[in-house]
Amino acid sequence: MRNIRAAAAATLAISIAAGVTGCGGGTSSGGGSNDSPKTLTYWASNQGPSIEADKKILTPELKKFEEQTGIKVKLEVVPWADLLNRILAATTSGQGPDVLNIGNTWSASLQATGALLPWDKANFDAIGGRDRFVDSAVASAGAEGKDPSAVPLYSLAYALYYNKKSFAEAGISKPPATWDELVEDGKKLSKDGKWGLGAEGANLSNNIHQTFVLGQQHGSDFFDAAGKATFTSDGAVAAVKQYIDFMAKDKIIAPGNAEYAQNQSLTDFAKGKTAMVLWQAAASTFASQGMKPEDWGAAPVPVASGTPGQGKNINSMVAGINMAVFKNTKNIDGAKKFVKFMTSDAEQKLLNKTYGSIPPVKTAQADAAFSAPDLAVLRDTLAKSAAPLPQVPNESQFETAVGTAVKELWADAAAGRPVTTESVKARLEKAQQTMQQ
Amino acid sequence: MTATVTTDSRTEKSDRVTSRGTGGARRRLPRIPDRIRQGGLPYLLLLPAVLLELLVHVIPMIIGIVMSFRQLTQFYINNWGGAPWSGFDNYRIAVDVNAPIGEALLHSFFVTCVFTFFAVGLAWLFGVAAAIMLQENFRGRGFLRAIFLVPYALPVYAAVITWAFMFQRDNGLVNHVLHDQLGITDQPSFWLIGDNSIYALIVVSVWKGWPFAFLIVMAGLQNIPRELYEASAIDGAGIWQQIRKITLPALRPVNQVLVLVLFLWTFNDFNTPYVLFGKAAPENADLISIHIYQSSFVTWNFGTGSAMSVLLLLFLLVVTAVYLLITSRGRKGADA
Repeated sequence: MRNIRAAAAATLAISIAAGVTGCGGGTSSGGGSNDSPKTLTYWASNQGPSIEADKKILTPELKKFEEQTGIKVKLEVVPWADLLNRILAATTSGQGPDVLNIGNTWSASLQATGALLPWDKANFDAIGGRDRFVDSAVASAGAEGKDPSAVPLYSLAYALYYNKKSFAEAGISKPPATWDELVEDGKKLSKDGKWGLGAEGANLSNNIHQTFVLGQQHGSDFFDAAGKATFTSDGAVAAVKQYIDFMAKDKIIAPGNAEYAQNQSLTDFAKGKTAMVLWQAAASTFASQGMKPEDWGAAPVPVASGTPGQGKNINSMVAGINMAVFKNTKNIDGAKKFVKFMTSDAEQKLLNKTYGSIPPVKTAQADAAFSAPDLAVLRDTLAKSAAPLPQVPNESQFETAVGTAVKELWADAAAGRPVTTESVKARLEKAQQTMQQ
Repeated sequence: MTATVTTDSRTEKSDRVTSRGTGGARRRLPRIPDRIRQGGLPYLLLLPAVLLELLVHVIPMIIGIVMSFRQLTQFYINNWGGAPWSGFDNYRIAVDVNAPIGEALLHSFFVTCVFTFFAVGLAWLFGVAAAIMLQENFRGRGFLRAIFLVPYALPVYAAVITWAFMFQRDNGLVNHVLHDQLGITDQPSFWLIGDNSIYALIVVSVWKGWPFAFLIVMAGLQNIPRELYEASAIDGAGIWQQIRKITLPALRPVNQVLVLVLFLWTFNDFNTPYVLFGKAAPENADLISIHIYQSSFVTWNFGTGSAMSVLLLLFLLVVTAVYLLITSRGRKGADA
């Protein structure tokens, strides 16, 4: 009996102690040094179909860099789902890689931590100058008025992908240019177990990307000029409602899409179950699922006026991957050399071609390879009608809070519960109240 | 005791020999002072465990408590020692049920209580039932025992992700059986979003938890003398009477520990909801562990998240203390 009691006490102590979370480490360092000039650690985000594929693509390039500079780069490809947490842990402990990829929507949040090397004029000059990069891409690399926290590496934008065969069968001759046309076409396409449009209802980031663009079209930024959340503004509410209404009212999105978060909407598209999907550079995914390039087309994301442009005619967020350097790197010169190498014209052309993205470097973007019809849509969108997500320090909270609110609204719509302006506003109100600063 | 003394004297002797002789490796054996050898040796042996415990649990816990008094956001995580003190602000925010953060925490606390009650209750019930069923020796018992332990042996991530696939609305096995084959539901249900998500969570948690209950109860059953059953059978006791009057009372101390451990594990469970629902769980299945994770690591309010953790720790300590008090009293009463 006594043994059991002792065992219980010991188990208890361990179980309870495990309940409280604590974070480790905590150092801050000013500038970065050149204490180990011959090595670098690089965390690459998972860009290709798999981590193995990324390793295969990047390893020869890193070898090339080693031959040129004598600096050995240790590569780790980090899955998207883990990347932000890994960066946070590295920031807290001070034990991170030297160079890393960040999603450009996190730029301002990570900039606020002070852990990343700011790209001031001198640093930009070391990699060939700020002017080499497309403006919208640099704008998505940090808060306005501050030195960017990263350098653009791969740029992406949203397009409307449509299944040509489904369109032909429904007697639709061209892709929709306005939302009204999209709904009208969607209704024609939604029959016999097939649906007009696909969505990823449980994917918080995707929810944010779509509602942000609709928000722009309704004249709402989700934040005011002072960086304060304005989630319940009329424009924001109208944007979210319009998006959910594609399922709730227009019935052109299958209810099952409400729980999608693993790109199932792309699989549905490839299988011909849905005829349209709003996505960033989906070509390689479609190809990997057995579609031929002539099976699908890409068009600009609709806007109310039918002509994408600035202001209310914005039709994409500036999506993409940036390259950042941890401020406390032990090889600051090598890190800059590596960023210079990765953003060189040759590497930009090669890597962006491989990943199906658009180079944020102007000279590389001019390459003929990026003029193929679907890539041209993405390129023009980036140049003319894309806007960066709010570059505020609590962008990460915004993605979670509003992304979750939209996810819950999808669940309401899928379950057949009414989605009204009031219910949308109530969800967004709640999301806004969870923003602490 | 004699043996120990003999060994010690031998060691001393051989030490003397080597010190006079070649001065080989055996000379390096540490000379343990009598004081430690007699009284302190157990403590010396415990030292590595105590140090590790300090390092792995106690120090992070203290850091967590310190963090809960600081205004720790993304602006300070790079140098969190420099985050401004905020007194009890984080605690105030966490418990203010009239404001959204406190209200959401209270909601997730209730959800966790309901979830824990059903998950632990059912896991315990299945575990006990299975252990009692397998008490008798019969052909295939070993096989069944092994099969029953599979959920406990599988890696949590792999198991829960498989459940997540099965709970998918359009392609999942659960709806295929419930809707397509048995026709129990009018239309395919959502399990990973909306109102049903709590049921999905309980099912996975019970599936994952009951083999542990089964294992512990099975071990407990080995200690019940067979004669008790034989004697009661002669006196005319049926199976139910045997379970009620012999098995369950004899299992009481085992069950007390088992339920407590299951309660602590389930209440704190992070892996199951995280793998099943991702970082934003549906409202109905928003367990407190995920909620705290979200406050800390997703919205980057580490101070508030730490305060919530400390409150959770206090709650679990109080529940555990009360539980131990009640059960030990009960036991004393029974002993008397």
